Amino acid sequence: MFPAFSIIFFTVMSGFGFGLAALVASGLIEMTNPFDYILVLGTILAFSGAGLISSTFHLGHPERAWRALTQWRSSWLSREGVLAIITLDAVCGWFAYDYFVGPPALWANVIVVLLALATIYCTAMIYASLRTVAKWYNPLTPLCYLAFGIATGLLGLAALNEMIGGTSDHLVAYASLALLGAWIAKLIWWRMGKDSGSTRETATGLGALGTVRPLMPPHTSENYLQKEMGFQIGRKHADTIRIIALIIGAAAPLAILSYLPVTAITMTLAFGLAMAGLFFERWLFFAEAKHVVMLYYR
Amino acid sequence: MTSLPEPQAIKLGLVIDLDICVGCHACVVNCKEWNTSGYGAPLADENAYGADPSGSWLNRVHSYEVTSEETDISRTVHFPKSCLHCEDAPCVTVCPTGASYKRAEDGIVLVNEDWCIGCGLCAWSCPYGAREMDPAEQVMKKCTLCVDRIYNENLPEEDRQPACVRTCPTNARHFGDLGDPNSEVSLLVAARGGMDLMPEQQTKPVNQYLPPRARPQPEDTASLVAMAEAAQPTGFWKWVDSTLDKISGGA
Ligand code: SF4
Ligand code: SF4
Ligand code: SF4
Repeated sequence: MFPAFSIIFFTVMSGFGFGLAALVASGLIEMTNPFDYILVLGTILAFSGAGLISSTFHLGHPERAWRALTQWRSSWLSREGVLAIITLDAVCGWFAYDYFVGPPALWANVIVVLLALATIYCTAMIYASLRTVAKWYNPLTPLCYLAFGIATGLLGLAALNEMIGGTSDHLVAYASLALLGAWIAKLIWWRMGKDSGSTRETATGLGALGTVRPLMPPHTSENYLQKEMGFQIGRKHADTIRIIALIIGAAAPLAILSYLPVTAITMTLAFGLAMAGLFFERWLFFAEAKHVVMLYYR
Repeated sequence: MTSLPEPQAIKLGLVIDLDICVGCHACVVNCKEWNTSGYGAPLADENAYGADPSGSWLNRVHSYEVTSEETDISRTVHFPKSCLHCEDAPCVTVCPTGASYKRAEDGIVLVNEDWCIGCGLCAWSCPYGAREMDPAEQVMKKCTLCVDRIYNENLPEEDRQPACVRTCPTNARHFGDLGDPNSEVSLLVAARGGMDLMPEQQTKPVNQYLPPRARPQPEDTASLVAMAEAAQPTGFWKWVDSTLDKISGGA
């Protein structure tokens, strides 16, 4: 599949934004003065908002994007949009209550956490619900999205906590475990979903006659389908990119968490590296995914 | 509304005979001609006379070579492909806007272009590549089963069928109600062993493909080759042959 930058950006950024929201509502950070609230809420809104806005960049008609909020009964993309908006409202309400009144009740925290996680889940299900892309059509796909959302959320939380004068030592163990867990899930995911069950013979229905080979293409130059779903450039460099993703996104932040003192700078660095690594991981997510329609071609 | 309607009695669709299709692309051209001025936005062509033309089309004809494992004899099969108006159409349920929908009354799958945001997700969900984004209008285009012909009382009765069916010079395409087991198309499907494409994708296509019939195979193809190679021109053809040899030798 064609790895559109706007979609890579959307999934990585909003995954972190909603992961962070879930962790903040779990009470893992203590905010005292107005600056703390503005910084933490601002981070959540900036990342999830930037992601959502970027996701409209690849639309042919962004001015009609509001219509995407109408079909939540059947469409994961619609559910994602609806939940993102509800969650961001709930997060703002949660922050306002926490600041003006005091710590919200447990049920309110639970609702915000669930909403934030459900939003990440819906993002993943946009892809994981497509039977046409065997690589994505896999229960581990949403798990990876959730795990990366929480892992980057914890790293971001550790950085923010240090910036507002807290100590993040207790978060380092969580962050390391979450990051390690997420990458292990990804390593397993990378080995899965290679077989769509469809072949050129089932695609043409001609299997009973023998093996099928494309003889003449239906058109002389690439069409929309081939540009969108026949992306090939990535596959050649996939292993190099996988190693880059693992070094930047896993090894480097884990080394920082293990060996460097916990400060605002080191935590921000670990967070930034993990996010950069995820851009490579997400690029592979799209570039490596094969769509069954390509069975008709080449 | 992008939830699928309850399965209905009428299932309009096409039956495509792979035994007969000669791959002339007439159906492709007539489809484009009708639909670029009919339902919704025109079907754009970009850089049509340049080195890298592109455009949106609702019907495409692939050609395959099928080789039998037992006999090692191969044959060419031309393979027209357009929307199969699936009963469990994933392109409908994934659509976030309600633009992509399946009609309850006859099962035709359509796009409401005024609502389409051009996200492309429906094209991702279709196993058959039956949807193409229009490069100019940035809305999703797909086969409408010529909904603006088949019920059109301004057209003579014989023209009230999809443009591709009407134009096919070999009669390889048939249109009808596949929900009615006694319709002509259903009888044809039953008689010829009509098949679903990619049944494992669980889309339940309405359109059916009729497999190529078995052909009698010459028993001894090797001797034919030898015969052709051994044949030497005589008389006038011998003169033509040697003259042409001289010309091409001298060039
Ligand atoms: S062929 Fe593709 S576009 Fe047509 S109904 Fe089936 S899934 Fe949808
Ligand atoms: S491209 Fe248009 S029809 Fe297709 S899913 Fe998006 S909004 Fe719906
Ligand atoms: S017009 Fe008929 S014969 Fe020609 S490509 Fe189309 S289906 Fe085949």
